[in-house]
Amino acid sequence: MTEPGRAWGDAPLIFERSRSGRRGGRVPDYGLPKPELPPGLSRARAPRLPELAEPELVRHITALADRTFGVDTGFYPLGSCTMKHNPRVNERVGLLPGFRDLHPHQEDEGAQGALELMWTLQGILAEVAGLPAVTLQPAAGSQGELTGLMLMRAYFADRGEERDTIVTADTAHGTNPASVAMAGYKLERVETDARGNLDLEDLRGKVDERTAGLMLTNPSTLGLFDEGIEEVARIFHDAGALLYYDGANLNAVVGISRPGDMGFDIVHYNLHKTFSQPHGGGGPGGGPVAVRETIEPFLPAPVVVREGDAFRLDHDRPKSIGRVRGFAGPFGVFVRSYAYMRAYGPALREMSEVAVLNANYVLAKLRDAYDLPYDRHCMHEFVLSARSLKRDHGITALDVAKRLMDYGIHPPTVYFPLVVPEALMIEPTETEPKERLDDFVDAMQAIAREAAESPELLKEAPHGRPVRRLDEVRAAKQPVLRYAFDDDPAFVG
Amino acid sequence: MSYLSLTDDDRAEMLSAIGVSSLEELFEQIPPGVRFDRELDVPPALSELELVTAISNLAAKNAHAGVELSFLGAGIYDHYVPSVVDVLLSRGEFLTAYTPYQPEMSQGVLQAIFEYQSVICELTGMDVSNASGYDGTTVAADACFVAKHTSDRSKVVLAETLNPQVRQVVKTFALGFGLDVVEVPHRGGTTDPDELGAAAADAAAVIFQQPNFFGCLEPAADLAAAAASAGAHPIAHVDLMTLGVLEAPGEYGCAMAIGEGQSAGCPPLFGGPHYGFFAARQEFVRRMPGRIVGETLDGDGRRAYVLTLQTREQHIRREKATSNITTNQTLLALAGLVTLSWLGPQGLREVGETCMALAEYAREELPLEPAFEAPSVKEIAFRTPIPAREVVRRMRERGVHPGYALGRDYEGMDDVLLVAVTEKRTPDDIDRLARELEEVLA
Repeated sequence: MTEPGRAWGDAPLIFERSRSGRRGGRVPDYGLPKPELPPGLSRARAPRLPELAEPELVRHITALADRTFGVDTGFYPLGSCTMKHNPRVNERVGLLPGFRDLHPHQEDEGAQGALELMWTLQGILAEVAGLPAVTLQPAAGSQGELTGLMLMRAYFADRGEERDTIVTADTAHGTNPASVAMAGYKLERVETDARGNLDLEDLRGKVDERTAGLMLTNPSTLGLFDEGIEEVARIFHDAGALLYYDGANLNAVVGISRPGDMGFDIVHYNLHKTFSQPHGGGGPGGGPVAVRETIEPFLPAPVVVREGDAFRLDHDRPKSIGRVRGFAGPFGVFVRSYAYMRAYGPALREMSEVAVLNANYVLAKLRDAYDLPYDRHCMHEFVLSARSLKRDHGITALDVAKRLMDYGIHPPTVYFPLVVPEALMIEPTETEPKERLDDFVDAMQAIAREAAESPELLKEAPHGRPVRRLDEVRAAKQPVLRYAFDDDPAFVG
Repeated sequence: MSYLSLTDDDRAEMLSAIGVSSLEELFEQIPPGVRFDRELDVPPALSELELVTAISNLAAKNAHAGVELSFLGAGIYDHYVPSVVDVLLSRGEFLTAYTPYQPEMSQGVLQAIFEYQSVICELTGMDVSNASGYDGTTVAADACFVAKHTSDRSKVVLAETLNPQVRQVVKTFALGFGLDVVEVPHRGGTTDPDELGAAAADAAAVIFQQPNFFGCLEPAADLAAAAASAGAHPIAHVDLMTLGVLEAPGEYGCAMAIGEGQSAGCPPLFGGPHYGFFAARQEFVRRMPGRIVGETLDGDGRRAYVLTLQTREQHIRREKATSNITTNQTLLALAGLVTLSWLGPQGLREVGETCMALAEYAREELPLEPAFEAPSVKEIAFRTPIPAREVVRRMRERGVHPGYALGRDYEGMDDVLLVAVTEKRTPDDIDRLARELEEVLA
C-alpha cells in the first residue's frame, strides 16, 4: 500500500467559484409595496456572500464530501467517540413533516406525538441508567457535564452545605476539568493504579466534607471497567458527596451494568455515540442527564410529564437549576436515538456485548505488535502505546496514525489518555464485521513492520490523501480564519 | 432488528482468538454486585417497516406547519430550506464523520467550516467566527464567559427584550461563572440607551437583540455606544436572515455578534438541533469558545485547512480552557452555509425585503392594534381585546396558529400576540389570518 492514491486536485473555495451577478435561489415576489427601513438601521454594504447557480453549488458540496472520510467511507476506530453505523431509517423518520415542520412553541395539545416520543425516550434512558428521572435538554455530552455539576451545586445549596471541590481521574476527558472550572468548582485529580483502576489510597486522602462529587468515566478512557467502583462509591457517599457518570463510554455496558447500580447519582448519555445520532462532522449531539430521586427537583425546566393519556411540558419547577439550552432539547436527535432503541429493544445488551467482543478481538491480535500498558481484557475500547516503536525506530503514535490513512482507515484517537505515552486509543464498535477488523489488524501489523524496515514511509505519510501533513504551527501563529477576498492583503491564497 | 454484522462462526473464531471460552469471561472485570442480571425493560424490538409505521404514527399526532397555517416565531422561524441542503445532509461523508481531528482525512468538512466562518464574519461584520455553538441561547452564555475573562468585571446586563430563553440560559450558567445578571426593562417595546448605559456602568458585557423579541427594531447603534462608553462589551444577538437588510453589528460598534442560526437552513424541528453562531472582533480570538478552523499549507505547499488555536480548548488546556465544548453543531452550520450561498447577497436581501413587506401588510390588514410603534422586519406584536392565549385557542380550532402569546414570558402582556411572517407566508395567508381573527373576536 505504498503507491500514492488517486489524483485529488484542488478544491477551490466557494468564494472562488463565485461570479458577481450569478444567482441561486429566488424568493417569491408577492407584488407588495417595498418598505423602507429608518435611516441608520439598513445595511450600508451588501454582504459578500458567494454568488453561485445551483449546478456549481451542488458540485462544490459534492467535492467537499469527496474530501471527507466518514463511517460510510470506511473503518473509523476513533477511541471514545463510538463511530458506529448510522442507520438510514433514522434519517428518514427524523425528517417526517410531523416533526420537521413542528414549531417548538406549538401548544402541548398540538405536539402530543413529539411529547410522547420524548416521554418514552426518557423512560428507556432511565432504564438503561438505572436512575428514575431524566432531562433531555442538554445539547451534547459536555453540556450534560455542566448541567450535572450545576445540579450538584443546587442540591448542596438546598441542603445548606458548602462544598467546593470536584474530583476527576487523571484519565478523564478534557471536558471534565473544563466543565468543573465553568461550574465554579475547584479541581482535585486522582491517580490511576497499576491495573488501570482509580487509586483508592490516593482517593481516600482527597475526599472530605469539602468534596461535592466525583466525575468518572466507567469503563475509563483506558477501556477498563473500574474493579473498585463499589468502594469508590462508598467513599464518596460516606463523605456526603455525589458521583457523576460521564457517559462517553456507555456503549460498553448497556444492559450489562447500569451506572445507577454502580452508585452514580447523575449520568449523562451521548446520544451521538451510544445511540447512533450521526456525528455530522462534529455535531449535532445530544446529552440527556439522568438522576436519582433526591436530585430530580433540580432538573432543568421544562421536563416532559404524562397525565393520563396526555403529555405536557412542565415548566413549573421551583427548585430547577433553570434552562440549559433552548426549548426541550435537540428533538431531531431524540427521534433518531428513539428509532435506534426501538430497533434493538432489549437486545441493546447484545449491542454492547458485540462492541466488547470486537474490541477484545482486535486487542488480542495487536498485543504483540504494540505495547499494551494495562494487560487485561478490555471493554469496548483499548489503549495501545507506540512507545517501543518510538524508542527503537523513532516512529510516533502520530506517524502510525498518518500511515493508517494510506490503508484507507481513519486513525484512532492519539495521545489520549494522557497517562499513556504515545497512546493509540482504539474503539472498533459493534457494527463492524470481522473482515474490517481483520483489515485493521493487518494494517496495524504491517505498519509496525514498516516502522522497522522503512520508517521514512511513515514519517512522510499520508501519501494518498488530498493533502500531506499540515503546518499546524503556521495555522496557529499566523491565523487565517476566514476568506479575506481579493482586496485584503492578509489573505494567503 | 439490529445493526450487527457478526455470524455465529465469527463469534466462535473471535472468542478463540481472544483465548476465552465465552463472552461472559470478558465481563468478569465487572464486580458481581454491579452486574445487571435481568433483561432491559424497554419496548420490544421492531423491524424497519414497523419502526417507520410506529414513528410515523407519532409524527402524525403533531400539528405541524403542513396542517396548520402558522404565524409562530418568537425565536424560531419557518423560512424556506432549499433542496440543495438535502444534497449536503444526504452525503454520508459529512453525516458520518466526526470532529476533524485528522485534517488529512477531513479536508472537505474543514474547508466547509472555514467557508461557514467566512460567511458568518461577512454577515455580522466581525473578524472571527467559531465553527458553531449549540444554539442561540448557549452562545450567549459563552459570550458572557468570554466577557468575564476579558474584563475584570463580574456583571452582565441583558435587555429585557432579549429572547427570554436566552436570558434564562445565561442566568443558569452565570452562577457557575461567578457573574451577576441585571436586566433592563423595555420602554414601549424597545430599550432606552441611557438606561442601558447606566446599568452597564460596571458590567463586563451588555447583550441586546436586533430585531428584539417583540419584533421591534432597537436603536442598536445607540445601545452599543451606551454600553461601550460604560466600558462594557456590546454584544448583539441577531438573526442571519435579517442581515441582508439590517446593518451588521460590526458596523455599529459591537464587540461580539451571536445568535440562533436556525432561520438560515434548519427546519423548526420542535426546537432542534439547530446551530448557534458566535463571532467577535480580532481582540477576542484567543478567548473564543469552541472549534475554529484556520488555513495553512501542507508539506507540499498546498493550501489546506485545520482545527487551530487549539490551546484554547479543553483537550489541551483542561480546566483552563475557554469552554468545555467539543461536539458542536457542524452539520447544521453547514446547512446554514449552503442556504446562505444558495440565496447569495441578492436572495438574502430579497428575503428581508419580502418579510418586511409581509409584516407591513399584516400591520395594515389584521383587525388588531400594534402593541408598539417601533418598525419591524418579520414579526409584530399586536394587542388583543381578549387574552392572547384565548385567541390562540380559538384560532387553532380553525386550523390557524396566530402567533405567540407574550404573556407566556412577560408579566402584564397577557393581551399581546406576537405574529411572525417569513417568505413562506403569502398575502392570502395573511388575509385568512385577518378574516379568522375577525370572526373569533366578533
